[in-house]
Amino acid sequence: MARGNAGVRRLPGGRAPRWLPGLLLVAPSILAIGLFVYGLIFWNLRVAVSGRHDEVTPYGFDRGRNFVDLWDDPSWPPAVRHALLFTVVFVGGALLLGALLAFLMEKGIAAEAGFRAVYLFPMAISFIAAGVVWRWLMNPAPPERAVGLNQLFGDLGLDALANDWWQNPTWGMAAMAIPAIWQMSGYVMALYLAGFRGVPDELREAARVDGASEWQVYRYVVFPQLRPVTLSALIILGHISLKVFDLIMAIAGKQIITYVPAIATYVEVFDRHDPANGATIATYLLLAVALLVIPYLVWSVRAERVR
Amino acid sequence: MRASPVGRTVRFAVLLAFLVVFLIPVYVLVVTSFKPLDEADPAAAWELPSNWSLDGWSGAWETLRPGLANSFKIAVTGSLIAAALGSLNGYVLSKWRFPGSDAVFTLFLFGMFIPYQAVMIPLAGLLTRMELAGTIRGLVLAHVVYGIPICTLIFRNYYVTIPNELIEAARVDGAGLLRTYSSIVLPVSGPAFAVTLIWQFTSLWNDFLFAVFLGAPDSWPVTVMLNNTAGSGAVAVQYNQQMAAALLASLPTLVVYLLLGRFFMRGLMAGALKG
Repeated sequence: MARGNAGVRRLPGGRAPRWLPGLLLVAPSILAIGLFVYGLIFWNLRVAVSGRHDEVTPYGFDRGRNFVDLWDDPSWPPAVRHALLFTVVFVGGALLLGALLAFLMEKGIAAEAGFRAVYLFPMAISFIAAGVVWRWLMNPAPPERAVGLNQLFGDLGLDALANDWWQNPTWGMAAMAIPAIWQMSGYVMALYLAGFRGVPDELREAARVDGASEWQVYRYVVFPQLRPVTLSALIILGHISLKVFDLIMAIAGKQIITYVPAIATYVEVFDRHDPANGATIATYLLLAVALLVIPYLVWSVRAERVR
Repeated sequence: MRASPVGRTVRFAVLLAFLVVFLIPVYVLVVTSFKPLDEADPAAAWELPSNWSLDGWSGAWETLRPGLANSFKIAVTGSLIAAALGSLNGYVLSKWRFPGSDAVFTLFLFGMFIPYQAVMIPLAGLLTRMELAGTIRGLVLAHVVYGIPICTLIFRNYYVTIPNELIEAARVDGAGLLRTYSSIVLPVSGPAFAVTLIWQFTSLWNDFLFAVFLGAPDSWPVTVMLNNTAGSGAVAVQYNQQMAAALLASLPTLVVYLLLGRFFMRGLMAGALKG
């Protein structure tokens, strides 16, 4: 850039700065992101603070009343509760399972490539296709005509495990997280495996020479090195979780028992024909994700600069 | 300090147990898809077919064929364009920076995480005004635009590893922006294109949200068609066909994953912002 400025000084009013062609090349993408991401977020906010509760009322402005009134909608508080329960179980479950699998594999294991491929393949499948089979597996029919996993539990003598899955009014969303854990824990495993393997052998060796037990090597040398991996995984799983839509549509559709904000947006737009409410819910969703992601982005851009 | 044989056996056994659990859904899908209709009863889900039949598969093929064609058009075009844009952006943002390019990059990155619901309502309106609502071109446009952030990220993280001296040398020799790109950067971009194309193809193929908000029956990809055939509450669901359809709809991404899994992994890593 300094050189560009020097060039400008040598030829006053003549040559353009050297960085200009680069900016021009990226300009179409900047315009596209500016319009489609930031412009439309603003536009969505505009709809959210309008009184447009059907498709004919002019937009107007109602001073954000929608953001308050939404909480009186009987379907909204449960939707928030469902999303939170789903998030806790899914993020926690995928994180623990992924870390466990990576921990078991990190020192090398026979047929490792095969294991990795099987744990990871569900990620290549759409939530919709996965939903087809999971809806079948998690069938809540009572014991005498049990099907799916409940039937399998019965055949294995594990009747105690049989349950009503996602149709349980209190804990249903925890069951809904099972297919999501199935899909994403391989990804977490891959992240952790790369993390484990990134810890230099000399570090572990040095700790062993100092008399650390194998557990202490993990506790004091390896695990602290995995914190950035854990953070990345948390953010990625967290934002997937808050946005969960496909999986629930495939398994339960729009039923109230598994209602979440992402489904609510869809229902407001297509079934209740209420753009203002749909946009309000979408804004809450955006806020939740932004709270999670912005600090992380700032942190990782700063970390990269330090490196 | 290698692990003891006992420890290794225990670890192997636990991993094997999880492997079996991971494959349970696949077993049910495959087994049911090859059953004739009269055997495809949820109560017999765990049993092998007594007569193997392809009826489910042929039915699924008939139902999903238009959706498969749409999905191919959307996923192939959408990922090619987004990858090309990502490559150019990544090049400029890593090797030909302009004032504020870091800020631009950060603003792009946020676009990767937004819940698309937050733009879907105005986006549908915008596409209607552009007369692209419900068309394949409209879906491709949306996928390309919202694919720019991840593609830019993957390419930028990849290009950072190209030595600056190479770029400087080309500049000194009088090569401009595009000349440097085509003679130095593009020839080494193969792996980054592989990662990006596989990643984009997979996410576009598996997309459901954009398709239901912006698509129409003519442009519905296979995910929407699959979800419709699986419709809840239907009187007589043909389970063999439904399971075959779920497998058929997943085959392209599974094949890509099996053949190019190595690159798929790298794409996943890029998603974690650690290139």
